[in-house]
Amino acid sequence: MLKTFKRGGVHPDDGKIYAKDKAIETPAIPDQVVIPMSQHFGAPCTPTVKVGDHVKKGQLIGTSDAFLHADIHASISGDVVKVAPMPHNMMVKCMAVVIKSDGKDEWADGIPQERDWTKLESKEIIELIKKAGVVGCGGATFPAHVKFTPNKPVDTFIVNGAECEPYLTCDYRAMVEDEYVQKLVTGVQIIMKALGVHQGYIGIEDNKPEAIAKLTEAFKDIPEVTVQPCVTKYPQGAEKMMIEAMTGRQVEPGGLPMNVGCVVSNVGTVIAVTDAVCHGIPFISRLTTVTGDCIKEPKNLNLRIGTLFQEVIDYCGGFSQTPDRVIGGGPMMGLAQYQLDVPITKGASGILALSPEKCQVGEESPCIRCGRCVEACPMGLIPSQLSIFSSCQAWDKCMEYGVMNCVECGSCVYTCPAKRNIVQYIRNAKAQCKAMQRAAQAKADAQKAKK
Amino acid sequence: MSPEAKGQTIGKDAKDMQELNLTVSSSPHVRCNESIPKIMWNVVAALVPAAAFGVYYFGANALLNMVVAVVSAVIFEFLWEKALHKKVTITDGSAVITGLLLAMCCPPSLPWWMSIVGSFLAIVVCKQSMGGLGYNLFNPAHVGRAGLMVSWPIAMTTWTNMDGSAAVNAVAGPTPLNAFKHGGQDALFNAFNATDWGTVYQQMFFGMRSGSAGETCTVLLILGGLYLIWRGYVKWQVPVVMIATVGVLTAIIYSPNVAVFEMMAGGLIIGAFFMATDMVTAPITLKGQIIFALGAGLITVLIRVLGGYPEGVCYSILLMNTLTPLIDRLVKPTVFGEVKAKGAK
Repeated sequence: MLKTFKRGGVHPDDGKIYAKDKAIETPAIPDQVVIPMSQHFGAPCTPTVKVGDHVKKGQLIGTSDAFLHADIHASISGDVVKVAPMPHNMMVKCMAVVIKSDGKDEWADGIPQERDWTKLESKEIIELIKKAGVVGCGGATFPAHVKFTPNKPVDTFIVNGAECEPYLTCDYRAMVEDEYVQKLVTGVQIIMKALGVHQGYIGIEDNKPEAIAKLTEAFKDIPEVTVQPCVTKYPQGAEKMMIEAMTGRQVEPGGLPMNVGCVVSNVGTVIAVTDAVCHGIPFISRLTTVTGDCIKEPKNLNLRIGTLFQEVIDYCGGFSQTPDRVIGGGPMMGLAQYQLDVPITKGASGILALSPEKCQVGEESPCIRCGRCVEACPMGLIPSQLSIFSSCQAWDKCMEYGVMNCVECGSCVYTCPAKRNIVQYIRNAKAQCKAMQRAAQAKADAQKAKK
Repeated sequence: MSPEAKGQTIGKDAKDMQELNLTVSSSPHVRCNESIPKIMWNVVAALVPAAAFGVYYFGANALLNMVVAVVSAVIFEFLWEKALHKKVTITDGSAVITGLLLAMCCPPSLPWWMSIVGSFLAIVVCKQSMGGLGYNLFNPAHVGRAGLMVSWPIAMTTWTNMDGSAAVNAVAGPTPLNAFKHGGQDALFNAFNATDWGTVYQQMFFGMRSGSAGETCTVLLILGGLYLIWRGYVKWQVPVVMIATVGVLTAIIYSPNVAVFEMMAGGLIIGAFFMATDMVTAPITLKGQIIFALGAGLITVLIRVLGGYPEGVCYSILLMNTLTPLIDRLVKPTVFGEVKAKGAK
């Protein structure tokens, strides 16, 4: 039986046709990689190498003392030619290590190292994941070792195979190609062991019947894991929506999945965990879809972290027509890039080049209160009202109407006939409200200190 | 806040961008193909059959009023927007709807210049002075109609008789609702030359009765409404709740036979499908819209049964419009996870 989340959702054109049937390819190693020190949710890393150092593939090049961070490793072997702020696909600039390849693609000492995961303790698994710098591949890039050590009891592990973002197909390919399916099967068991849970779900939208069939077959000997088809509805792959679809549990506003006993990971994350635990390979490459109506040959690629967008696009034959936008990620939540000298990072699920026809956003006009956004919002908010409050800078009203619960999925904007940039207003309001909360907290702390 | 920054450059790194001229904007980068003009022109299309029937049944003056109301509504909108140096939005179809609905809700025999006054009230006083489309508190067409009603009560209650001649709405008034209000069932049957309810229903259903120019043809209005429901512009719950409220209450007060008549009478069908569902002036949540419809149905019956006027749809919707902000404040969707969180251990 198909499952889904109860409220809201939209049905954008899925655009998967471009790259759906393109088997995963691994391009030749790039001549040079730009590896940013911030590719994860949490504190940025500090480079541990300097210009002139020789590094090998898999060698640690950035780390941090902060609890919430993920180590960063060299993705090719070669010489460090630059350690400086460089353009980044998710922020304007970020400290990065630039490595020029020596063409040997040599592993660092002790990598890879084969291990039998069944003999490892939970703690050892977590340590290996931490050492490999694995983060969530879905886009939020939350450090995996932190996610897998919840401080509340959990009973369910969910693999998010919804891939609800239109156009993107790399998760789909990973779920149908043998090499990756095997890693997926192993990875799920490793993570369930690390978490100590005995209930696993793999949620896949029903527009990917091949993946559902393939994984149902692959997991048939593991009764603890259920391959669960979901309704194709955006944002099925949003964490809270996925949990609701799989278990019927709703994470409370501001809460984390572990509050309802769940841990959710993307397909790519699970594969990275297998590499880290079974082979000792750090997170130095990831699956990325290069697609859109402006890419000559859309492809699904296994790319080294730090490969520049421009090179990746060139590998795919370049642009077939001048794109209006190049987006890092999917069309619903991805970031429009202003230039192409940005690297593939751990969270880069796609490079999407769209023609003006595909992304006609239209001219914004006043809200006509049609209520389509209210219907579309999976979080039960009133997006139109939030956008109006935000445009009037009524931040307290934004808070009252639950602006902080917005997951920025963009369903409201997608469906708005007045073409209002609701999410942009909401992002602004969230930033303002956060600043206000921090200021209030600081004031309260100061008063406490005085007393 | 500028939604898009085309050609924005940040430092030297923008060299590729100058070649490619990439658009940078906040996500999402794709939109559905709905738009305000598309919605509005679809509403116009849904109204046209019933309006055309009005012209066929009531004659040239009905057409004259519709044309004058539509054209003057568009001109008023154009002049206002020009005068205030605002973006001219006459092509979005919303002024056309207002003009058309106004004419459809007024007697077909109305002097044509009164339609201009009605359009002025609707577009300038009700809609544009509040900020234009999206900002008006009241349904513009109904404001126009209410304004004309208090200004020229005789003209606004002079109905074209079923035999085609104009008759002043006096004691034995010719609209079915009026006949029923003042003379009961006998007067109603008389007005239709009928001996049983079946004939009355049939005449009412196909629009063979006196009344406002576009409100009479129940079947075409319902078909237009169904089209909008199918397109997703109207939620079926709103007309169903409003009409059912009137039906249930009148069945209790009078009888089920009268209730069927009441549901097709006056401006209820056009009001329930096209005015109570007006996006701008009705609540934004479905729950709120249902409350709105319930209230509008209730006030309609109160006016019809207890009030001085035989018909109350126009005022009931205007009165409920005043409650819309309050309903929106009180009726909000449950935020994801909120109820469950309260129920959790």
